[in-house]
Amino acid sequence: MRNISEVMLVGLAAFFALLASAFAVDSLFQTHMAILCFILAGSTIILLRRVEFASPDGSFPEPDTSGYMDEVIRYGAIATLFWGIVGFLVGVVIAAQLAWPELNLEPYLNFGRLRPLHTSAVIFAFGGNALLCTSFYVAQRTCRARLFGGDLAWFVFWGYQLFIVMAATGYLLGITQSKEYAEPEWYVDLWLTVVWVAYLIVFMGTIVRRKEPHIYVANWFYLSFIITVAMLHVVNNAAVPVSFLGTKSYVAFAGVQDALTQWWYGHNAVGFFLTAGFLGMMYYFVPKQAGRPVYSYRLSIIHFWALIFLYIWAGPHHLHYTALPDWAQTLGMVFSIMLWMPSWGGMINGLMTLQGAWDKLRTDPILRMFVISLAFYGMSTFEGPMMSIKSVNSLSHYTDWTIGHVHSGALGWNGMIVFASLYYLVPKLWNKQSLYSLKLVNWHLWLATLGIVIYAAVMWVAGITQGLMWREYDDQGFLVNSFIETVSAIHPEYVMRTFGGLLYLSGALIMAYNIWRTIRGDVPETVQQDQPSAVPAE
Amino acid sequence: MDYNLFRELADSWGLVYLFALFVGVIFFTFRPGSRKKADEIAKIPFKEDQSNG
Repeated sequence: MRNISEVMLVGLAAFFALLASAFAVDSLFQTHMAILCFILAGSTIILLRRVEFASPDGSFPEPDTSGYMDEVIRYGAIATLFWGIVGFLVGVVIAAQLAWPELNLEPYLNFGRLRPLHTSAVIFAFGGNALLCTSFYVAQRTCRARLFGGDLAWFVFWGYQLFIVMAATGYLLGITQSKEYAEPEWYVDLWLTVVWVAYLIVFMGTIVRRKEPHIYVANWFYLSFIITVAMLHVVNNAAVPVSFLGTKSYVAFAGVQDALTQWWYGHNAVGFFLTAGFLGMMYYFVPKQAGRPVYSYRLSIIHFWALIFLYIWAGPHHLHYTALPDWAQTLGMVFSIMLWMPSWGGMINGLMTLQGAWDKLRTDPILRMFVISLAFYGMSTFEGPMMSIKSVNSLSHYTDWTIGHVHSGALGWNGMIVFASLYYLVPKLWNKQSLYSLKLVNWHLWLATLGIVIYAAVMWVAGITQGLMWREYDDQGFLVNSFIETVSAIHPEYVMRTFGGLLYLSGALIMAYNIWRTIRGDVPETVQQDQPSAVPAE
Repeated sequence: MDYNLFRELADSWGLVYLFALFVGVIFFTFRPGSRKKADEIAKIPFKEDQSNG
């Protein structure tokens, strides 16, 4: 019988989750483990239906393992789209909550719980699934080898979804260790570590058994992302649980050391999760879509090493004017400014790949999306170094300018490159001639771009307003504005931000429709229009 | 290893080591004859895709 050991393992895990719920020392752990038990029990039943029995002569039909392993990538593409829409939707909800506080529905759906749900959903669920599925796709194509480890790739995929669901349900229940972008408590962190090691094994193994003598640069970026995130995750989440049957844990570090560890993690989550991994996508999908090799392969190597050497030091710029020693703040600032160079080197390398193919922009909305994504990458990697300068930071820090900056990077660079890569991938993965509708891609592109522009612009206004109001003194040396005055001053911007987010979300919904029709195999509209009806010669 | 030792190592030999390594990477990337090889590697994504499994 095939799959039977998997069924037994998952079933056993469900039983242990039940025990953990029964003997829990706090009610949150009890609820969380009960949720886990339901998920695992459900998975056991689904897996049971997939158990294969030997045919009467005792032989199994051997699965075909000759080609690339693409089924898990198909699942990954759909998961990316699904979590993206969930994450954007939660984003719109919390933006509306900031504009209209009555929308805070206590206790499960208040801002404090939904905000980490939004950040984790878009970064780790949407971005993470995009990285998983594109890295599996790119590694196989550029190594010309099947994924290593057989069903281990499935474990990575489903294990990662379990991590997402456990993190998300935990946030809604109010379980958090209060570290930004690393909110899940110790037991969820441990699970992610297991999944991540399996991911590393699959990816490394595929590279090791490549048929291609060289390792293409996209794989370098993906590999550095996997290794660095493993290191960041393990160090930043080092904690001692109070009980093995409870949610609460205490972080290994204290005070300013904890703050520095957190932002070493936090900024490198940006640097390696949202940058290095996504640059891996850029170095494969932009050349493929443009039909030309990357502008300068040697520049891509310099880009890679410069990014790796510099990014890891930039974290302290999140702690300007705090208890962190001055020299460490300056160090973070200097490295952040230097980062501008490799970032723009990479952007130029991506854009110049279109050299000699710029005319394709007129007809190809997917390529247009890649270009917009790179433009936002260039914009936010200029804005970031500027904001890390101490004197600029004294105005921008803790204001909505930071939020605007993050979103022009995340919506513009990360979001757009994922959409474009998915538009490229889906017809290939499902063996379709083309997408259902390029017109809808164009709609998505412009709705999303308009949404980001509105978002970023109003956050600049809101952030600078806040920054200036907070530092306004009268001639007696008293602060002029109370905090609530600075909040009501930016209410119009908060409303407009919600609108920008809504535009971005509607673009993603159009994409979901387009992808669904593509997978269903509907005939592309353009083909119908372009084909002239046969007219007999007269 | 206490903090001070770490600190001194970081801004002396550690700095020299990482900087030298980085300069080495740049020189290696632009070594004579690297262009031909790089152009070859850049074409990897265009080698024919195997049929889907």
